[in-house]
Amino acid sequence: MPYKKPSQKFGGKIREVTIGSGLKLGGESTLPFYSFDGDTGAKPAIGMEIWDIFPESWPQSLKNIFGEYAHDPVKWAKYCIEKSNPDFICIKLEGASPEGNNKSPEECAAVVKRLADEITLPLVIAGCDSDEKNASVFTKVAEAVPDKNYVFLSAVEANYKEVGAAAGMAYGNIVSAESSVDLNLAKQLNILITQLGVKPERMVMNPGCSAVGYGFEYVVTTMDRIRLAALDQNDVTLQMPIISPVSFETWKVKESAATENDMPEWGNQEARGIAMEVATAAGVLATGSNAVILRHPRSVEVIRNFIEELTA
Amino acid sequence: MALNGMEIYKMLPKKNCKECGFPTCLAFAMKLAQGGTQAEKCPYMSDDARAKLEEATAPLMKTVKFGTGDRIYSLGGETVLFRHEKTFVNKPRFAVMFDDGMNEDEVTKKINNINSVNYTRISEEMFVEIAAFRCSTGDKQKFISLIKKVVQSCSKVIPMIITEDTEIASAAAEEFSSLGPILYGANEQNYETMVSIAKKYNLLLGVKAPDQANLYDLVQKIQNSGYRELLLDAGGRNLKTAFDDVVNMRRTALLSQDRTFGYPSVAFVCDMTKDKMMEVAMATLFVEKYASIIVLNDMDYSMALPLFALRQNIYTDPQRPMRIEQGIYRIGQADEKSPLLVTVDFALTYFIVSGEVERSKVPAWILIPDAGGYSVLTAWASGKFNAKSIAKAIKDFEVEGKLKTRELIIPGKVAVLKSDIEDELSGWKVIVGTREAAALPAFLKDYLQERAS
Ligand code: B12
Ligand code: SF4
Repeated sequence: MPYKKPSQKFGGKIREVTIGSGLKLGGESTLPFYSFDGDTGAKPAIGMEIWDIFPESWPQSLKNIFGEYAHDPVKWAKYCIEKSNPDFICIKLEGASPEGNNKSPEECAAVVKRLADEITLPLVIAGCDSDEKNASVFTKVAEAVPDKNYVFLSAVEANYKEVGAAAGMAYGNIVSAESSVDLNLAKQLNILITQLGVKPERMVMNPGCSAVGYGFEYVVTTMDRIRLAALDQNDVTLQMPIISPVSFETWKVKESAATENDMPEWGNQEARGIAMEVATAAGVLATGSNAVILRHPRSVEVIRNFIEELTA
Repeated sequence: MALNGMEIYKMLPKKNCKECGFPTCLAFAMKLAQGGTQAEKCPYMSDDARAKLEEATAPLMKTVKFGTGDRIYSLGGETVLFRHEKTFVNKPRFAVMFDDGMNEDEVTKKINNINSVNYTRISEEMFVEIAAFRCSTGDKQKFISLIKKVVQSCSKVIPMIITEDTEIASAAAEEFSSLGPILYGANEQNYETMVSIAKKYNLLLGVKAPDQANLYDLVQKIQNSGYRELLLDAGGRNLKTAFDDVVNMRRTALLSQDRTFGYPSVAFVCDMTKDKMMEVAMATLFVEKYASIIVLNDMDYSMALPLFALRQNIYTDPQRPMRIEQGIYRIGQADEKSPLLVTVDFALTYFIVSGEVERSKVPAWILIPDAGGYSVLTAWASGKFNAKSIAKAIKDFEVEGKLKTRELIIPGKVAVLKSDIEDELSGWKVIVGTREAAALPAFLKDYLQERAS
């Protein structure tokens, strides 16, 4: 009996969402990188994370690379673009944090506006750790950069009404729905946001992320299940592209943060940080992410090659 | 090919005698098709039918073994494509590649790296399980002495002998047979001899062909010769083809239910890139999907920390999250005045926190309340880790009787609990600790100093 190569054909398809003026995410009707089964959609995109304030808490190796530019987000973004040519820039408005600099929504909006004027790449705009503050910040920012198809990371259960209304409806941007590692929560939030009036083609989602080794099995399993529901059961409420803020998670864990003095046997700290970021990014891409956010230029290079080789 | 209930029924004696424990032959057949009973339960079946049924109801993917003593490893035996469907059972093993054409320095560097990467993470000992040896010089003596050198220097590795030359294969297999090595290199031309060597020493045999279709034919021939301790390699040496290979071999076994590919497979990441970080990315993909042996160029801590952690995550049983028992744990020579910390009963969190307390060399107590087996924020968000559950643990484990201290250090991520806990526990003071446990050693030293002054 000769070999018959198996294949899985699905009825469902991930929605194609355009961010900025032409970066496409999603569109696949197969599991990630299963080019042997059919159309794998747009190539997964890579973004680089920058902050609106100097990233004091980042490991020294990153500050060595970006420190010179990191006092000004526009310079920082331009440096990333020149050095690493990412698909988008993720500006994290860390300075808005009520526990930190507590910058006003207007100040945040001004930063994003400047970036929008100075760079042509699409922006992904991330907030601070306060859902409440993010609601007012995102509202102002969305107003300052209307009809840009920028992604707002994220709308959560606590603030989706404000974020959805401003970013997704009034000002022509894109809402990312963030839930906590659970298929049903992801589904429920997507439904709530669409019921608000946000069109599904103006949505992406982040169903939770963590660094490898830190509850990552739950992330993988949740994403596997979400992708199978979208493709196999044609669940339209889960067919949004997935964006994973990998760098938000990987640089704070011990493997990346411990210095060589702390852990002499572990060796070079920078290599550890890159490896954690690379493994986590490859890990979420392999289970369905359509876009990853990274910090280190080397990680960007490696993950780009990884994607190129799998989609060649 | 698996048989369905009706096909099995046709092979039964149809006496409906109930001796198998089922009311009818048909009921027995249906259960057997689902894997819910064994063919041998029917005493009246012909030998021929029994053999066919045993074959047809065997697991879709075979479990094979290699190694020796307390280092015998199982590979394969998987029953699902996704871990949420049930669980993945036999974790992939990492190998480091040696080549007999390599110079001394390179060999020494790899030996040193293998020996230094050895640590414990959540009660699991992490180390490189396999050293792979490729014979590229064709020099038998050179090859064997390289293997000898490495297995003598690295006490934990099991060798994987890689050669398509049957004479060298035979000599190496004989030399190292007591270690239970993997013999890799059976191909279209040499398989009869390779099978006989593998049979002789009872070794796991790596089978290689240029592509999936050719491998399929070759595996059938090898199976017909009666050998089934196999490890598959469909030849892909770039990421895209190798990924296609492992996914489709796994799907052939589990979805098409065709046991020809019902064996574990090997991914030679070392041949797909020379960039260490790219190896990490590729190995990540193969841990998630679906290689059983992953061969790398090298293994240092930067590679090991993410890869072993990922493997540990992916191979935990989703139905049984790792939880540790509630109670009060003593770290070092803690006495009644030593610092008291509280964390959750999620094994990952407990082992990280206790590891950092140990590293600080500050003797201390760690209190574990009932937190549902969740991480700090998960437990807090679901209402399982709060002032009530912490106060209850203080009472249940008689902390006030055992310790003189009335200060409790809580995780930084739940700083909001401070006043609630102080309200709940009169006479206690709550100290907000660091957000990440890695900062605990410095924190504990400062804490002790402050308390002393
Ligand atoms: C895996 C995971 C789950 C798993 C649970 C796994 C488990 N056994 O805990 C599952 C999928 C079940 C889950 C469920 C939920 N989750 Co959850 N989950 C995660 C995830 C991805 C990782 C958690 C993890 O394993 N961390 C690793 C461990 C080691 O971290 P840790 O326990 O905090 O320990 C560290 C520190 O706290 C410190 N530390 C620990 N103890 C101590 C003690 C002292 C004294 C000190 C100083 C330090 C210290 O050391 C450790 C290392 O640095 C996080 C997101 C993320 N990336 O973190 C969300 C997250 C924790 N989950 C969240 C939520 C909301 C939930 C749910 C409540 C969702 C819901 N509404 O159902 C449920 C609750 C469960 C239920 N249904 O009842 C939120 C919490 C939000 C918040 N800020 O409150 C998070 C942050 C996700 C998010 N961004 O929304 N989750
Ligand atoms: S023991 Fe055999 S013959 Fe008797 S009922 Fe069961 S299957 Fe039929």
